[in-house]
Formats: sequence, structure tokens, C-alpha cells
Amino acid sequence: MKNVLTVAANTFREAVRDRVLYNLVVFALLMIAAAIFVGQISIGIEQSIIVSLGLTAISVIGLFIAVFIGVGLVSKEMDKRTLYALLAKPLERWQFLLGKFFGLVLTLAVNTAAMGIGLFLALWVVKHPLEKMDLYVFVAVYLILLKLALIVALALLFSCFTTQFLAILFTAVLYVAGAFAAGLRTMQGVNLPSSTTAMLHGISYVLPNFENFNVMAAVAHGAGVPGSMVLYATAYAVVYGAVVLATAAMVFSRRDLK
Amino acid sequence: MSTPAIEIENLTKEYPFGFLNLKKKKSLENLSMQVETGEVFGFLGPNGAGKSTTIKLLMRLIFPTTGTARILGKSINHVFMHGDIGYLPEQPYFYDYLTAPELLDYFARFHGLPASERHERVNKMLKKVGLETAKKIQLRNYSKGMLQRVGLAQAILHEPQVVVLDEPMSGLDPLGRREVRDIILELKKEGRTVLFSTHILSDAEMLCDRVGVIVGGKLRGVGAPENLLGIAAQGMEVLFELEREGRRPELLGRATRTGERYRAQLKEEELYGALEELKVAGARILSVTQIKPTLEEFFVDLVEADRAQASAVEVRGK
Repeated sequence: MKNVLTVAANTFREAVRDRVLYNLVVFALLMIAAAIFVGQISIGIEQSIIVSLGLTAISVIGLFIAVFIGVGLVSKEMDKRTLYALLAKPLERWQFLLGKFFGLVLTLAVNTAAMGIGLFLALWVVKHPLEKMDLYVFVAVYLILLKLALIVALALLFSCFTTQFLAILFTAVLYVAGAFAAGLRTMQGVNLPSSTTAMLHGISYVLPNFENFNVMAAVAHGAGVPGSMVLYATAYAVVYGAVVLATAAMVFSRRDLK
Repeated sequence: MSTPAIEIENLTKEYPFGFLNLKKKKSLENLSMQVETGEVFGFLGPNGAGKSTTIKLLMRLIFPTTGTARILGKSINHVFMHGDIGYLPEQPYFYDYLTAPELLDYFARFHGLPASERHERVNKMLKKVGLETAKKIQLRNYSKGMLQRVGLAQAILHEPQVVVLDEPMSGLDPLGRREVRDIILELKKEGRTVLFSTHILSDAEMLCDRVGVIVGGKLRGVGAPENLLGIAAQGMEVLFELEREGRRPELLGRATRTGERYRAQLKEEELYGALEELKVAGARILSVTQIKPTLEEFFVDLVEADRAQASAVEVRGK
């Protein structure tokens, strides 16, 4: 565990020194502009606009970081050969992978937390006093973080056996497919042979169901998020993430470094 | 008898290539050898001979197709064997956003060293490799030679029993090369085992108790450098200058001229006669040196012998 934490801390340090957190400036500017704009056209939908815009920005910015840095976590180290000296230490390959994963998830956690606070402040600017229900913004941010962690795990898996470009492509395809996973299960009105329907149904359970983490509409309209849903989404992310990471560790444990 | 520091048994590495990776290329073939405890062992061979492949196999960076190896009696399949091994990769590259002390501290953590000891060892190592004045510079601003020094420092930071260095002199200036040679000799003095790869014969001659020569993925011989490479002098070379008005010695017919200087190659038994002749002619003798085969020539001979053998097999096959 100590080795995992050591790698994670260094991965976080890398992200900070490579100025990954500078994206917060973009987010801050976006939120300030939105707050000013919404303040001018106040027609009773301030909360909806600010929350939707803020959560979308948090999700999109996080997605870019998760995919582009996620696929580089292993492949960049292999390309630059920084991994050679490191793996010749008493460090298991799975420990290295987990460390890289948690390092980037920590970066994303700091990033999304900071953006969540920024969003909350913007909400306070356009709508005060705030209500208790507004705190659900943080629940939505937490669920976005879970989604991003899952994407990092997938990006890491792909980067263990293919090139950076293909890893980005595969992760992106899976992200889009995952957004429709729930839809595959409830597909109605489409005339397909029963075997195809059964296959699609099966695929829908294999694909990562990102809808589990989507509470944007509810929170934007001031509705709450049931605790059971948060618990289910957390358990889903942990189990699915563990399976993906275990697969990545298996692939990487026998990978030749050329 | 003590356990050898490194034991390699029938190590073979094949790489798939071609369409759907259906073809295989042997990069290393049935390599078996031992490195004794406390010796400096040079792994010699031209580029692409299989030196780095062997070292990467030992470090578990790649995995053997067949065969096995043990370091300090432990199988290379166990990651914990790395606790007592130091490794310098060929043309090392490290996290460029770190400074040298940060990098060394990071690596030292995997060896379970406490903070106070890490700090002390990092400073000691940086001094040893001559980087104590570059402590605050990020590695992205380091030269190739400086990176090589950092690499060396991280390899010996935890005082390992076995040190494996892949081309440790590459990219270094003459001063740097001498410093690396000193460090290797110091490690030997401390009783540590050093395995290093090189294609520079003089390094091997100067440092190694034994060398192994590898060409085309096959080990061609192991032994003391002077025995294995046949470094006995092949002849003598005399460098001299002549007086403008002096006698023209007979030797001049066999000499090549560069500016005012002449260079003549002789058999060892002809040397004293030639020197006498030059003395009589009033020549000024600048140097007398032994002619030794270069490693390049040695490798060329081996490669050509390989090709000749391959053609012979082909002819027999027909």
C-alpha cells in the first residue's frame, strides 16, 4: 500500500507541475461570465442555468483530463522510458498501475472539488439566500468524480496494450456507448430478432453505464438526489472500476517494455 | 563454494513481428552464464547483439520466452529480488519535472529507507556523482551526461549487492567516463558485484575481471579480457620525424607520412633493428606502441565467421 501511495503522490505532483490545475482558471472565468450574464436576464431560471452550465463544464473539463492524461499514465512512461528505472525497484507492476490511477483520481478530486466550490459561489451570487437543496450540487459533483474515476480506469486499461491514439479512441467510443447503455436495456418499438435483442441486452450490462452518475437535470431544477442512488452509483463505480483495474494489472503484468 | 551473484540458464527471447505477429525473431538464444560474487563482469557486443535484452530480462522489464535466471539466489520472477539490485538503464530518462534530489528521494522510498536516511544518502550520492551544485535544477534542463550521472546515483543509492549498468559510459565526456570507472572500481572494492554492458574494449580491459562476448544473440565466450579477446600485440607501430638533411632510412619505404611525421608498422622482432636504423639516420622517435586488435575488428571477425557458417549450412542443406 505504501508503494501505491508513493506512486500516487508523485503522479499528483506531476499533474500540479505540468499545470493541469490551470484549467480552474478557465472554469472560474466561465462561471464569472455566466453569473454576470444570468444576473442581467433574471427571469427565474438563474439556478437552472448556472447549475447546468457549471456541472456540464465540470464534467467536460474532467473528461478531457481523465482521457488525455489517463491514457498517458502508462504509455507516456513507456515511450519516455521513465518506467525502466522505476520497475527495477521492489515495486510490483500492479502497485505502479494503482498508484498512477489514484494519483490522477486525486488530481481530479481536487479539480472537481475546486470547481464545485466555484459553482456554489456562482450560484450564491445569482441567487441568495441559498436553500438547503442547493447543497445537492456537491452530490452531483461527487457523482461526476465517480464517473471520471471510471473513465481513468478505462483509459489506463487501454493504454496498457495499445498506442495513445487508439487508447483515446477506445475510451471515447466506450464513453459514448456507455451513455446509451441504459437505453439498450429499455429499447422498445424496434423490430429486432430476439437473439439480437438478447445480445444487446447483454452488452448493455457489460458497457459502463454512465447514466448512473447523471443527476444534472434533477439538481439543476432544485430536486434532491436519493441517498440510495448515491450509494448504488458508488458501489457500481467501485466494482466496475475494480474489474477494469484488475484486467489492466493482468495485461500489464506480462507486458514487455521495449 | 558461494552462490554466484547472477546465474543465467538457457535464456531465450523471441519477439513476434510481421503480419498478425506470426513471425518470430530471436533476440537472444540459449544464453547461459554466471557472474561470480564480487567480480566486475563486462558484457561486450556490438549494437543489437542482445546485451540490453539480457539486462532487461534480468530486470524483469521483458519476459523470457524460455529459460530462467537468478540473482543472489533469488529467481528473477520475484519482485523483491530488486531490493538488493541497482540498475542503470541505457540512455536513462527520468521524470523531467523533478529535481535530482526529488527523484532520488522518490526512488529511495521504494527501498523503505526512513526520511532522515534518505536525505543523507541522497546528498551523499549527488556529491559522489558530481551533481551537488545542480540540486535545484529540474531534470528537463539536464544534459545527457548529467542524466547519466543521476541514473548512476539512483542505481547505487540503496547500496545494493549487485549493480547492473547498461552502457554506463555512453554520453559521457572523458572526465565523466573516468568518474564512472572510479565508481565501478569503488563498488568492486566494497565487495559488490558489477555487471555492465559496453562496446568499448578499453573500458572492459581496464575494469573487468571477466567479460562475456555476445554477438547475434549468442554468447561467444566468457573469460578474462586478455585471454578472450586475444589482446596480445599483433605488432609494433613507430612514430618518428626525420632531420631535413639527414640520411633516409630503409624503413621509410614502409612508412606512411602525415605532415612531418612518419608512421611505420613492424613485426615485434624487427623493432630493435628498425630503432637502430632510425638512430643512425638521426631520426627523432616520438612513440613506440603495440598494435592491438580493436573490439570492432574482433566483432567483425565474429560476425563474418557467423555468416560463413550460415552459408556453409545453407550449401549443405541444398
